[in-house]
Amino acid sequence: MSTIDSLTGSSPSRPDGFVPTALDPGTRADDFTATAADRFADAVREHDDELTHRNPWRSRLEDLVRRPGLVLALLWSVAVVVAAFAPSLLAPGDPLVGVPADKLQPPSAAHWFGTDQLGRDLYTRVVHGTPLTLRAALVAVLVGLVVGALVGLAAGFVGGLVDDVAMRVVDVLLSIPALLLSLALITVLGFGSVNVAIAVGIANVAAVSRIMRSEVLRVRTSGFVEASQAGGSRWWTVLFGHVLPNSVGPVVVLAALELGGAVLAVSSLSFLGYGEPPPAPEWGALVAGGRDFLRTSWWLTTLPGLVIVATVLAAGRLSRALDGDPGRAR
Amino acid sequence: MTRHGTPVVQARTTDARTVPRTEGAPHDARAARPGGDAVTRYLARRLGLAVLVLWAAYTVSFVVLYALPGDPVSIMYGGDSTDVTPEQLDALRAEYGLDQPLPVQYLTQLLDAVRGDLGTSVVSKQPVTTLLAQAIPPTAAIAGAALLLAVVGGGTLAVVATATRHRALAGFLLSLPPLGVAIPSFWFGLTLVQWFSFQLPIFPALGNQGFASIVLPAVTLALPTSAIIAQLLSRSLLHTLREPYVDTALAKGAGRVRVHLRHALRNAALPALTATGLVVGGLLSGAVVTETVFSRAGLGRLTATSVAAQDIPVVQGVVLVAATVYVLTNLLVDVVYPLLDPRIVTGGRAAGVTAEPDDAGRPAADEHATRPPSTAPAEHAHAVPAGGAR
Repeated sequence: MSTIDSLTGSSPSRPDGFVPTALDPGTRADDFTATAADRFADAVREHDDELTHRNPWRSRLEDLVRRPGLVLALLWSVAVVVAAFAPSLLAPGDPLVGVPADKLQPPSAAHWFGTDQLGRDLYTRVVHGTPLTLRAALVAVLVGLVVGALVGLAAGFVGGLVDDVAMRVVDVLLSIPALLLSLALITVLGFGSVNVAIAVGIANVAAVSRIMRSEVLRVRTSGFVEASQAGGSRWWTVLFGHVLPNSVGPVVVLAALELGGAVLAVSSLSFLGYGEPPPAPEWGALVAGGRDFLRTSWWLTTLPGLVIVATVLAAGRLSRALDGDPGRAR
Repeated sequence: MTRHGTPVVQARTTDARTVPRTEGAPHDARAARPGGDAVTRYLARRLGLAVLVLWAAYTVSFVVLYALPGDPVSIMYGGDSTDVTPEQLDALRAEYGLDQPLPVQYLTQLLDAVRGDLGTSVVSKQPVTTLLAQAIPPTAAIAGAALLLAVVGGGTLAVVATATRHRALAGFLLSLPPLGVAIPSFWFGLTLVQWFSFQLPIFPALGNQGFASIVLPAVTLALPTSAIIAQLLSRSLLHTLREPYVDTALAKGAGRVRVHLRHALRNAALPALTATGLVVGGLLSGAVVTETVFSRAGLGRLTATSVAAQDIPVVQGVVLVAATVYVLTNLLVDVVYPLLDPRIVTGGRAAGVTAEPDDAGRPAADEHATRPPSTAPAEHAHAVPAGGAR
C-alpha cells in the first residue's frame, strides 16, 4: 500500500499542499486554478489579520466553517478514535453474543447496521472491531515511521557508503509490491492482529526512509546547518538540534496519510483471513463474513465497507489539512 | 517530494515545434546527437541493473523467509503439531537442505534458482515453477484487461478534467481518484458481484470460465490503478498546461483540443510513464485480493493459499515473479523512454544541464536524483506532484 499511497496522495512538501480529496468539492477547483491574484488576496487578508490582532482561534473556526469536508473528516475521525479506545461508549452491547431469533435483520432503528447470521448486532460489531483494526493500523504506521525515519536519517546524514547501501536496499524493497512483502512476512511471523501490523509497517519502511532521506539532504545543505557546523557544533547537536526537527515535518504529514493506507492494508489482510481468528470483529473480517450472504443480506458487506472507505477518506483529508494551506493553516 | 528527484523527467520539455529555438538551443544540440554508442551503453547499463535488482530481490526474499529468527520447517508443518517427531523434523530439514549453515543454503538455493529450480511446494509436493506456470496465464488475463481499462479510464478522466472549463465538473472529476484509492478492492469486488451477478445476473460471480468471468475481476483490479493513473496524469497535465510553449501553440492558432492532446498530453505522459513499474506491481498484489473475492485460479489465489498454509517455497516464488515483472516493466519503460525523450540517454550530467533554475540552484547533494527512471521509481513518482507546485 505504502508506495501507492505516497505515490498518489502525498506530497507533503508541496508549497500549496494540494492533495485532492473527495470530501471537499468546494475548495478543490480553487486549488487547481488559484491564480496569482487569489494568492495575493490571501496574503493581504492574512496580513490584515495580523495587523488587527484578531483572535487566531476565531479565524481558525471561520476557516473550518468554510471547509465542510474538513469538519466532516474531523468529526468522523473523533468518532473512530473514541470507538478505538472506548468502544463501549458508542455501542454498549456485546459484539460476540447474538440473539438467534433476530438473525439477518436488515438495518432498522433497533439495529442500525442490521444483524448477522447469528443475530449479532452489526453496528456493535463494527464499533468493537475498531480497536483491532485501528490499533493495528496505528502500530503499522508507527513501525514504518520510526524504522523508516531512522534509516532515512542515517542515510541522509552519514552519506557515503551507508547512504548507498541503504538506498539500494530501499530500491529493492520497492521492487516488491508492498502487499506481497507483507504476505511474505506474515508467512514467517504467523497470523494475528499484531503480526499483520508489523508486516504492514515493515512494508512501509522503504517509502518513508526515502522521503526522510530527501528531507534530511534538503535540510543538511541549508544555511543554518552549515552555520551551525561552521560554528563548531558537534555532529549530534547538528543532527538532533537542527536536521531532525526540520526534516521530520513532511514525514509526520505522510504518517497521517499512511494511516489511511494502513487501514486499507490491515483490513485487506484481515479480509484474506490472516488477522485475528473468527469471532473477532475486525473490519476486513466483517466484510469477508458477509460474503456468504451477499445475495440476501447486502448490509453485512456494504456497511462495514463504507465505514472503511469513510475512515480512509477522513485520514486523507486530515493529512491534507495538516500538510497544506501554508500560512492560512497557521 | 524531492525536488532533487525531479531534474531528469521534470526538465523543461523540448517540443521542437513549440519551444523557441533560441531558448532551448544548447539542450537541443546536446540531445540531437546522443549517438548509437550512447544508446547501447544506456541499454546495457539498464540491463545490468535489472539483473542486479532481481538478485537483490531474491536475497531479500531469502532473508525474510529463511534467515529471520524462526524455524522454516516447523513453520511449514505447523509449529505445535504433536504428530511430527523431532527426528522427522530433522529428516525434513535434511531433505530441504535446512540443516546446512545459512550461507550454504543461500548459495545452493541461489544456484538452483539461476538454473530455474525454485524448489518444491511443501503442500502439493509439485515443483514451484510448475505451480507458477499454471497460475500466471489467468492472472495475466485479468491484469492485462485491468491495465487497459485503467489506462483508458484514468487517462480519459485526467484529460477531461483538465480540459473542461466547467469548474464544478473539473472539481467533481478530480475528486474521484482519491475516492478510488480509498475504496478497499475486496469490498468493491463484492459490491460488483452483488449488483451485476445477483441483482442483475449479467456476469458470473466466480470462476475462470470464459470472457464474461474476466469482466468483474478486471474492473475490480482496475479501480485503484485507474485512480493512480488519473491522479498522476492530471497533475502532470496541469503542470504542463502552464508551460510557455502551450501559450505559444495557442497564440499560433492551434485549437484547444489539439494543444491539449498533441502538445500537453504527450509531454505530460512522460513523468506518468515512470510509475508504470509500480502500477504493474500494484496489479499483481491486487490480484491476491481480487482472485480471492472471485474465487479465480491464478497467481493471487496461489499466493493467498500458500501464505495460509505457510508454504515458504511457493511464497518466495511469487515474490520473485513480482520482482521479475517489476524489473521487466521498468526495462521496457527504459527502452521506450529514450525514444520519447532523447535527453535521458545523456544520463546524469545532462540532468544538471537541463534542470530548471531552482533545481540547478541547489547543490547536487543527491546523486541518486540523476538516475534514470527504473532505479528511482518513487522519487520520480513523487516528483510529479512536486513539479506541479511551481
